[in-house]
Amino acid sequence: MALLEIRDVVKTFGDFTAVNHVSLSVEAGEFFTLLGPSGCGKTTLLRMLAGFEQPNSGQILLDGKDMSQVPPEKRPVHTVFQSYALFPHMTVAQNIAFPLQMAGVAKADIPARVAEVLEDVRLQQFAKRFPHELSGGQRQRVAIARALVNRPRLLLLDEPLSALDAKLREEMQLELINLQKEVGITFVYVTHDQGEALALSHRIAVMNKGEVAQLDAPETIYSYPKNRFVADFIGQCNLLDAKVVEVGGERMKVEIPGVGVCETLPVDGAQVGQSGTLTLRPEKIRLAASVAHDADEVHFTGKVHDCLYLGDVTIYIVELDNGTLVETMLPNSAPGRARFFDDNDAVELAWRYDAGHFLLG
Amino acid sequence: MRNLSTRFSRWLISGPPLLYLLIFFAAPSLIMVFAAFRIPGDYGGLVPMVQTDDAGHTQVLINAGNWHDFITFENFGRFFEDSIYAQLFLKSFWYAGLTTVICIVLAYPLAWLIARSAKKTRDLLVLLVILPFWSNFLIRVYAWMIILGPQSYFSIGLNKFLALFGIAPVTMLFSEFAVIVGLVYVHLPFMVLPLYANLEKHDMALLDAAQDLGANAWQRFWRITWPLSLPGVWAGTALVFIPALGMFAIPDLLGGTDTGMIGNLIKQQFLDSRDWPFGSTLSIMLTLAVLLMAAIAGWAGSRKKERA
Repeated sequence: MALLEIRDVVKTFGDFTAVNHVSLSVEAGEFFTLLGPSGCGKTTLLRMLAGFEQPNSGQILLDGKDMSQVPPEKRPVHTVFQSYALFPHMTVAQNIAFPLQMAGVAKADIPARVAEVLEDVRLQQFAKRFPHELSGGQRQRVAIARALVNRPRLLLLDEPLSALDAKLREEMQLELINLQKEVGITFVYVTHDQGEALALSHRIAVMNKGEVAQLDAPETIYSYPKNRFVADFIGQCNLLDAKVVEVGGERMKVEIPGVGVCETLPVDGAQVGQSGTLTLRPEKIRLAASVAHDADEVHFTGKVHDCLYLGDVTIYIVELDNGTLVETMLPNSAPGRARFFDDNDAVELAWRYDAGHFLLG
Repeated sequence: MRNLSTRFSRWLISGPPLLYLLIFFAAPSLIMVFAAFRIPGDYGGLVPMVQTDDAGHTQVLINAGNWHDFITFENFGRFFEDSIYAQLFLKSFWYAGLTTVICIVLAYPLAWLIARSAKKTRDLLVLLVILPFWSNFLIRVYAWMIILGPQSYFSIGLNKFLALFGIAPVTMLFSEFAVIVGLVYVHLPFMVLPLYANLEKHDMALLDAAQDLGANAWQRFWRITWPLSLPGVWAGTALVFIPALGMFAIPDLLGGTDTGMIGNLIKQQFLDSRDWPFGSTLSIMLTLAVLLMAAIAGWAGSRKKERA
């Protein structure tokens, strides 16, 4: 039995449907992420898990028990809030002791429990500080320690890293992964940052307009997006309009109008004449002045339309013969090379038949 | 050069209020301190130490041999000799303290309600709280004389209600009860406003967090909202307790024969008994008592912080 089961949950605010018939389940020990743009319903779903909102219909079950009649303070679920919501009049140690006191833990046991969790987040020497005397990253760790200290069944994290700068965010991501492994508590993580979701999660539910657009492991979500929304939202992706021209066998052929025919992996139920979208990640496209021929690849010619130098890589926007723009990239690992091509240079593109992924419709 | 001009502008800004305080606060306070060590004049005021005769010659009356006839510590002796003054102080502190506590109890929910309501209603409610200031304080206290008086619908209704239970009619006016009602009524806005200003700034996410971490409604109030609102409570307490302590008009109008406060006695010394020195002594003792209380409160506060 799954630890958390969300069954056909609907939540509306007036005319607005924030969460629309969502069903999913989370296993014990999992690092589960709800990912989506703002307004997609991920935070509303999280607040329903915490108990701050009630679903209009559907059920939320924790350990098989219906949570609808259980108020937030009675749920074995704790939240790390986006603003951290540390109690400003309490020290770090008092903040962390708070949930233990609320749970009626014996007074004598509290200091040891607090010290233990402070060690987990490496803040032992800050126990006597007040929240306003801490840096952003330290506050973040206190918030996590406070939410973890009495070992909830479920830890909810609401965009916990969004207030930190990029460098610290990466550091905290690594810490979160290790912490979750160490404590073994199930995390449900909400974010709009796809990089964060890919880096942290065991599984991701990509949400759009109150619905789950795709629920899969990070690699699957990235490599095999189920629809245009997911392809577009996760990472950079070329979305090329194409039409099925040949089906059957190991490979399927699609035609990109004005460019040519290319091979791709077969799609269930595809029929000749159907239109769709070929999704191609920039890093899966080979770019050169002239590319060597390979039977597994398709080749197209074009010219450089724009480049973006990013340091480790350079992004090239290549204009195909029909005017379609394709994004691709080259690592700048060759010594002394900042750029391989300039604007308007003639180039060739190639990608393997299994580089992309065709979406019908 | 820059330094000079910033210093100049600093004086320009702080000068006028400083001057005002010197003339109207510091100087009168000092005069009062000196007056407390003087002897009352025959027709009020103080015994003159300098005399100008009809011819216009000024004569200094006080000298090394006769200064005892002009300067005295007797006023303070009188204060400590008779326990009646200490009793009056205690009673005044009791009235002011009770008023403060009742104001906190009444103002807190009101301030909370205002702070939590929508922006538009909030402004309207704040306006309603300060609306009484638009009419004169004495008129409002007179209104209470009518409300609490035996002829008012309130009194008649209440007594009829009490009669149902066989309880004898009560007289509310000219009693301790009326004095407290008046004190609370007059000072309530001074408690509501600082409390509202404090509660309005509270981060609601803290209450969500507390609830999420297992705190029920009472624990959320007692562990989060109340301690965070203490600065507002203290501000309101200072604004209510100190003026209530020195109040004389309300006991005069609403009180009976035995409900006078220290303010009434001070007023009496200046206006009726014409004993300015003793009135000054009482005022100084009152000021010292308030300062002592503030010092104790501050000391207790800092002790508590150290322990945390």
